[in-house]
Amino acid sequence: MTTGMRITTTTTMEATPMLDDFLVRAALAGLGVGLAAAPLGCLVVWRRMAYFGDATAHAAILGVALSLAFDMSIFTGVLVIALSMAMLVSTLSGKGYAMDTLLGVMAHSAIAFGLVAVSFVSGVRIDLMAYLFGDILAVGKTDLLVIWGGAAMVLVLLVWRWQALLTATLSPDLARASGINPERERLVLTLALALVVAVAIKVVGTLLIAAMLLIPAAAARPFARTPEAMALIAAVFGGVSALGGLQASLWFDTPTGPSVVCLAALIFLGASFIDLLRRGLSAQAK
Amino acid sequence: MTSLVELRGARASLGGREVLTGVDMTLERGEIVTIVGPNGSGKSTLMRLIIGAVPLQGGSLTRAPGLRIGYVPQKLQIDPTLPLSVRRFLSLPARVSDAAAAEALEHAGGTGLEQRQMADLSGGQFQRVLLARALLTRPDLLILDEATQGLDQPGSARFYRLIEQLRQELGCGVLMVSHELHVVMAASDRVLCLNGHVCCEGAPEHVASAPEYRALFGSGTQGALALYRHQHDHDHGVACDHDHDHGHAHHDHHDHGSHSDA
Ligand SMILES: Nc1ncnc2c1ncn2[C@@H]1O[C@H](COP(=O)(O)OP(=O)(O)OP(=O)(O)O)[C@@H](O)[C@H]1O
Ligand SMILES: [Mg+2]
Repeated sequence: MTTGMRITTTTTMEATPMLDDFLVRAALAGLGVGLAAAPLGCLVVWRRMAYFGDATAHAAILGVALSLAFDMSIFTGVLVIALSMAMLVSTLSGKGYAMDTLLGVMAHSAIAFGLVAVSFVSGVRIDLMAYLFGDILAVGKTDLLVIWGGAAMVLVLLVWRWQALLTATLSPDLARASGINPERERLVLTLALALVVAVAIKVVGTLLIAAMLLIPAAAARPFARTPEAMALIAAVFGGVSALGGLQASLWFDTPTGPSVVCLAALIFLGASFIDLLRRGLSAQAK
Repeated sequence: MTSLVELRGARASLGGREVLTGVDMTLERGEIVTIVGPNGSGKSTLMRLIIGAVPLQGGSLTRAPGLRIGYVPQKLQIDPTLPLSVRRFLSLPARVSDAAAAEALEHAGGTGLEQRQMADLSGGQFQRVLLARALLTRPDLLILDEATQGLDQPGSARFYRLIEQLRQELGCGVLMVSHELHVVMAASDRVLCLNGHVCCEGAPEHVASAPEYRALFGSGTQGALALYRHQHDHDHGVACDHDHDHGHAHHDHHDHGSHSDA
């Protein structure tokens, strides 16, 4: 699927010639998503919201249908739907529903309805695979701008709210006692999640966005002693996965999105192995 | 001087069940007030109501403007996926200097714990770190929900001395929950006996002899209290806002009926 994409790319030849290379654009796009998704992923992991990420990401395909139907940019459509889904889930979880089942139902229905809706809207015009698994080699300059703009917004949001987010994650009651509203922090997180989904769909696709949130964060855990360290290490792993996965997809002629996630998974495996080894050694030392 | 916290007929529900029904309470600056009551009587809920974590369903809750609260929750579960050193924990939500962190830890009896992971601490060490964090905000009001749980005997004694000392240094009010009845009686200015509503309140020795209190705790606790009472057997005002057949608690009054569920 790599060669077909190159042709559909519309490049406007002006300024920054470096960005004219589709590989450079792909690399930058992957890097942007990897860097933004990983720290957010840490929060998702700490708060046990993995399924929440899934539901939001899967709803993105509905956003694609919406964009096609109303002739909007994919980014806008996906952002709107992801935000609605995230808010809905967030509200329901606040009301104390049995979340795991409900989230599973929502995640899977979202993708099913999304696929049906897309087929209604577009007939056979579009390549569904591109939305399910990403189409990083087809990233244009505008896409790049959107991706980096979105990623920057997410990072700014997280840095700005970091202390409050962390306190609310640790304990809503501790947050309240310090005058922090945990509901507001959850809203911040919801917004950041929707943004990441909207910028990541082009890069890794609906099905694998949640993977970019979770896997680098999980891989970073054994190496971190503070939350910040974990977020930074996760960002490094995310970035490395994006770049390495892109490279690997070129070497082995494999789909890029899944290759990126495969590399992330391998890093996780390696990290878990090192952790196990270290524990074994420290147990022996005793 | 305005009160730190004032509750009037405060009600709160959890999971659709009314847990607090019409609680009246005031807390002044520099005052140490202890809440006692059986398990499930709403003590923690009352604390959470005051910090704003539980919504008020009726009545009123007034906090002094700009009130800074140091809160030690009854339990705090830290997700194992969250790496958190003691030093980092002390800097939540407001970043504090190393010197301030070390001082707070020393105050709370947790010197040198900075680099340890929160998840690796013993129960008592964890409690000390929680207390250290609560002190760092330079609170006007310390809210301690069973803060001495898991502390060893000297640790617990030291804790109550520290509370007394803090009250003098910071002039802060202290509101605590404790099941260590004998210690509580010696360490508090005022005791509030809670069972969904305020059964009785007042100076410790009076609450100890109030029938409402005995109905809840039985007379078994009297042994531990006797010593204290004999030393302090002079009159304080006691308010038993309970419309039973008596308006005041009398020392010679014995158990009558029970108050069980409110
Ligand atoms: N999140 C919750 N949802 C529903 N009910 C709750 C919740 N938390 C507490 N309750 C109920 O509210 C009542 C009061 O609980 P609370 O924790 O305030 O008691 P407590 O006096 O602190 O008890 P303990 O001495 O065991 O700490 C209990 O009956 C409890 O079951
Ligand atoms: Mg309690």
